Amino acid sequence: MTALGLFNYWAVIFLMMAGFYTLIARGNLVKKIIGLNIFQTSVFILYITMGKVTGGTAPIFVEGGGDVVYSNPIPHVLILTAIVVGVATSAVGLSLVIRIKEAFGTIEEDEIHDESL
Amino acid sequence: MIRHLPVLLVVVPLVAAPIAALLNRPRLSWAVAVAATLWVLYAALELLSQTMAAGAIHYELGGWAAPYGIEYVVDPVNAWVIVIVALIGALVTTYARTSVEREISEDRIPLFYTAFILCLTGLLGIAVTGDVFNVFVFLEISSLSAYALIALGSDRRALTASFQYLIMGSVGATFIVIGIGLMYVMTGTLNMADLADRLPEVSGSRTIPVAFTFLTVGITLKLALFPLHLWLPNAYTYAPSAVTAFIASTATKVAVYLLLRFFFTIFGATFSFDVMQLDRILMPLALIAIVAMSLVAIYQENVKRLLAYSSVAQIGYMVLGISFASVLGLTAGILHLFNHALMKGALFMSMGCVMYRVGSVRLERMNGLGRSMPWTMAAFVVGGLSLIGVPFTVGFISKWYLIQAALEQGMWPVAVVVLLGSLLALIYIWKVVEVAYFRESDPELGITEAPLSLLAPTWVLVLGNLYFGINASDSVGIATRAAEVLLGALS
Repeated sequence: MTALGLFNYWAVIFLMMAGFYTLIARGNLVKKIIGLNIFQTSVFILYITMGKVTGGTAPIFVEGGGDVVYSNPIPHVLILTAIVVGVATSAVGLSLVIRIKEAFGTIEEDEIHDESL
Repeated sequence: MIRHLPVLLVVVPLVAAPIAALLNRPRLSWAVAVAATLWVLYAALELLSQTMAAGAIHYELGGWAAPYGIEYVVDPVNAWVIVIVALIGALVTTYARTSVEREISEDRIPLFYTAFILCLTGLLGIAVTGDVFNVFVFLEISSLSAYALIALGSDRRALTASFQYLIMGSVGATFIVIGIGLMYVMTGTLNMADLADRLPEVSGSRTIPVAFTFLTVGITLKLALFPLHLWLPNAYTYAPSAVTAFIASTATKVAVYLLLRFFFTIFGATFSFDVMQLDRILMPLALIAIVAMSLVAIYQENVKRLLAYSSVAQIGYMVLGISFASVLGLTAGILHLFNHALMKGALFMSMGCVMYRVGSVRLERMNGLGRSMPWTMAAFVVGGLSLIGVPFTVGFISKWYLIQAALEQGMWPVAVVVLLGSLLALIYIWKVVEVAYFRESDPELGITEAPLSLLAPTWVLVLGNLYFGINASDSVGIATRAAEVLLGALS
């Protein structure tokens, strides 16, 4: 496969690193959650790409079509679950950010650190 | 019904959680939690006795045959972990009623029990399932509810501790999903037993070592192996006392179980330790954890934080046992998994009693507590002795096996480090004992002994520390059997 044929995987690696970097480098808690979301989304794309079979059609049974090639639906279904988990994580994370804002008056990590001393 | 025990173990608490939320009365929600945890304890003990008598139980969810359907498998390894989680869950629930009334505002108490039961469900699910993607789902159920539980702490720093845990925990869980995905793409299966069959064919590829690496980092983050432990000290310090007691004695233990499951059952000891040479990473990190984290613990002024750092050191002992990859080493690791749950449960519960009466667990507030709260501090002392590894406590049993495992492989410097860790534990436990017993208390504060509803569950664990320290044949027998199953000596 050519480098261009692996386009999806390049996208996965780029998103994964961008998300992970945002997560680590940004001091703003909302930006951290956004970074986490991008990081998780890259894994969703990884799974969905894995499930695609070259020349495969949607995995719906074709009557009489003995040699029809289907794409693999399982990674897609797995990722539906992972998306739900990701939404739940973001919801818990963002509600924590709201309560941190109420308690500390800021959502910048360094300012919270100064406040906590 | 007995046939359906493996799934009912998880389904009953999963259904109980929303019921506890809907009832929305502190007492009623508590009653639901007690009923659910007692059921779980019964189911766990029943499953353990069945597996020890008749071997592994396989349960096909919805009647769909493995490897296509989801399968729950109970063998001596996870039956043991399930019993630990269920036992601590039941004790902490009885303990929580009094403790939580003092530390959490009344309108949030029903939600506390909901999150608590969900966390228990998640941990049990991780232990019982035989499907790797199911592991991830249950891992997130337990983690998300744990974040909520920690954020209930009365100190505002509980919020930042919970946020930090959420970020690190989610990264760990995502790493685990990446690992699972890469394994799936090479083998086309998610069933653990099926993966174990198919992985050797493809283990020469580049993908499987990458999957292995992602899983290692993800799981060691969850079990707080040094240096990935950064989320743990704050989370344990600022969480409500009942939550700390529960999470400290179950969540990291279940993560250690995952480590065992992935490296021994799925990848196999040969691939993990001969090809990937995992022991070369695990052993140094475990040894650093034992020494460095015990040293850090010595300098803590907050006793919950002190115990939290000590937990990271104790996790080092478990991982050290695992890194020997021998029957004796694994026995020591699995034994310590159980024993550490008993001691840290007792220690954190006694600190919950102090929190209830004194309102703080900082050392300067604990002057003379040995006289005003004799039963609470006696519980702390026994738990502390167990942590140090004094004979007739469970801590001695696990260290005995750990040192034997080290000497069996001729690694006497490792045995020396284990003993050094005990010495350091003696120093930090002594710090607390000195303040509590050898300093004058302030009589004006009028501190009295904690109520019986807190002391009773604490002392059940303390007596467990002594009982399994004197009569260790049951726990050692089960741990040895589990180690043999993991190394494939029996199957």
